Amino acid sequence: MADRAIAKPKKHRGITATEIPLHLMLIPGIIVIFIFHYIPLGGLIIAFQRFIPAKGLFGNQRWVGLDNFTYIFSMPNMIGVLRNTVVIAFWKIVLGLVVPITVALMLNELQYTKLKRSVQTIIYFPHFISWVIFGSIIMDMLSPSSGIVNKFLNLLGFPSIYFLGDNRYFQGTIILTDLWKNFGYGTVVYMASITSIDPTLYEASAIDGANRWQQTWHVTLPGMRMIIVLMMVLSLGNVLNAGFDQVYNMYNPVVYETGDIIDTMVYRLGLENAKYGPAAAVSMFKSVVSLLFISTSYYVAIKFFDYRLF
Amino acid sequence: MRKTNIGACNARTTIKIQESTGRKVFRLVNGFVLILLALLCLLPFINIIAISFSEGYYVDANQVTLWPKGFNLSAYQYILTRASFWSSFRTSILRIFLGGAINLCLIILTAYPLSKDNSKLHFRSVYTWYFFITMLIGGGMIPNYLLISKLGLRNTIWALVLPGALPIFNLVLMLNFFRQLPREMEEAALIDGAGHFRTMVQIYVPVSMPAIATITLFCIVNHWNSWFDGMLYITTPSRIPMQTYLRSIIIEMNVADMSADDYELYALLANRTVKCSQIIVATIPILCVYPFLQRYFVSGIVLGSVKG
Repeated sequence: MADRAIAKPKKHRGITATEIPLHLMLIPGIIVIFIFHYIPLGGLIIAFQRFIPAKGLFGNQRWVGLDNFTYIFSMPNMIGVLRNTVVIAFWKIVLGLVVPITVALMLNELQYTKLKRSVQTIIYFPHFISWVIFGSIIMDMLSPSSGIVNKFLNLLGFPSIYFLGDNRYFQGTIILTDLWKNFGYGTVVYMASITSIDPTLYEASAIDGANRWQQTWHVTLPGMRMIIVLMMVLSLGNVLNAGFDQVYNMYNPVVYETGDIIDTMVYRLGLENAKYGPAAAVSMFKSVVSLLFISTSYYVAIKFFDYRLF
Repeated sequence: MRKTNIGACNARTTIKIQESTGRKVFRLVNGFVLILLALLCLLPFINIIAISFSEGYYVDANQVTLWPKGFNLSAYQYILTRASFWSSFRTSILRIFLGGAINLCLIILTAYPLSKDNSKLHFRSVYTWYFFITMLIGGGMIPNYLLISKLGLRNTIWALVLPGALPIFNLVLMLNFFRQLPREMEEAALIDGAGHFRTMVQIYVPVSMPAIATITLFCIVNHWNSWFDGMLYITTPSRIPMQTYLRSIIIEMNVADMSADDYELYALLANRTVKCSQIIVATIPILCVYPFLQRYFVSGIVLGSVKG
């Protein structure tokens, strides 16, 4: 398609034959993305259908307008699910910014390079472990009967807490364990921006009589400003992403009240109860809201911080 | 990059010759807290290792913390003699090689043309948006599931490797790396009569090895850690990938799937010992690539998030 368009003569400089291989190279990628991203995206139309699997995706289904949407929003737990999603995602975003920045600043104050590198290496290891594995480690640690955390609590004279089976603790546990798994990764990003600060700025500020606190406040933090704001802006797009992988591996029916999030609800609704239409409606709702947030945040990032992904 | 950092440290330390007591206390506390954080990330794994090598009796009595008690390998023996473990291991290895190879070919093939300027590749911005939009919005699990079923890919390895064949995040990393290579290189090759394809394979790929290594590792770790697609698309027990298999036995405890023999052997061992040894076995491959990962990792994320 594209190639034919190129072959036409154009007003500005014509396309040389050397350019054609570049377009050909893109074809495999375009096809793969079309099949596995754009077709499912179009498949979201089942949100407006009474979907019968036997007739297949894009088959001759019955259109039901907004019925699926009224159905999902009249579900008694929908508001709870939305609230859980936003609360969990919000705290993950906030702590995911504050903690790695703090740790990066602290690491920067360490003077033993070896210790610095070892700490850095160790803290981002959990990032590369799947939630299946990390989730089972956490479940083992937090188990009320044999977990190491509760053994410690008992030692101090407190009763055992069922962190993953008690609605009072579930959200906090999810947020903190996610932080635990990912703060090291964030730290590395901020460390990288600290190391790129011009060292002469430190010398100049020291000559001006700045102490370490003042250096951190007036040199290091301003030097990180761009990346901090950028990460903040970009993380806004995750406002409805509470983390399916984590929650699905760690929740159970007892904590649905505080732990059920949009993605786990879509899964149960669509793939366990075969209510494809309503599940797709929830997905579509999530996609639209996320898209609004993401496009706003990218607009801000591009406009004010000259951020370019490509 | 590291050099400038050390330079910065030196500049800061040489100027501060006498340190106040407050400063000393701060440094002590700071170092202490950071070591504590590192231990927090390390000790749970050591605890799991200790449990996996311990006698079930001590584990049940909660006596194992950081060192195995009643050292034995029966939990490992148990897992490593199970056919289902090996079949899932095979599936995962196949997935890593096949999926990783497909990822790498597609990423390089797509990143190379997109790294050209708008003047050298017409419709470049159309192409980049075409790829970029998929990072922002997707159909979600329901249409994906229906599509995979319709294509007849369920219960085949293709259901695990094709949907993610071109990971856009890694594409962006590769693209940004290609863009910062000197332009003269390409021009010289083209003048010497090499086509674009040859320039890519013989010039760009060899000089991009650090970036390619980073991306390969990201892809491999990703394939190894995926579990949800295996749960969704694969129902034939012998084709289930490792993480999905582990999930089904660690988190869901599918005792129903076991044969009578299995069950007897299983009951003999402490539940936790077997669980923990499985966790360890699944983590070993990550540990193996971790030194390489971290070597290229920093430059990788800097490429992706800071440079932009």
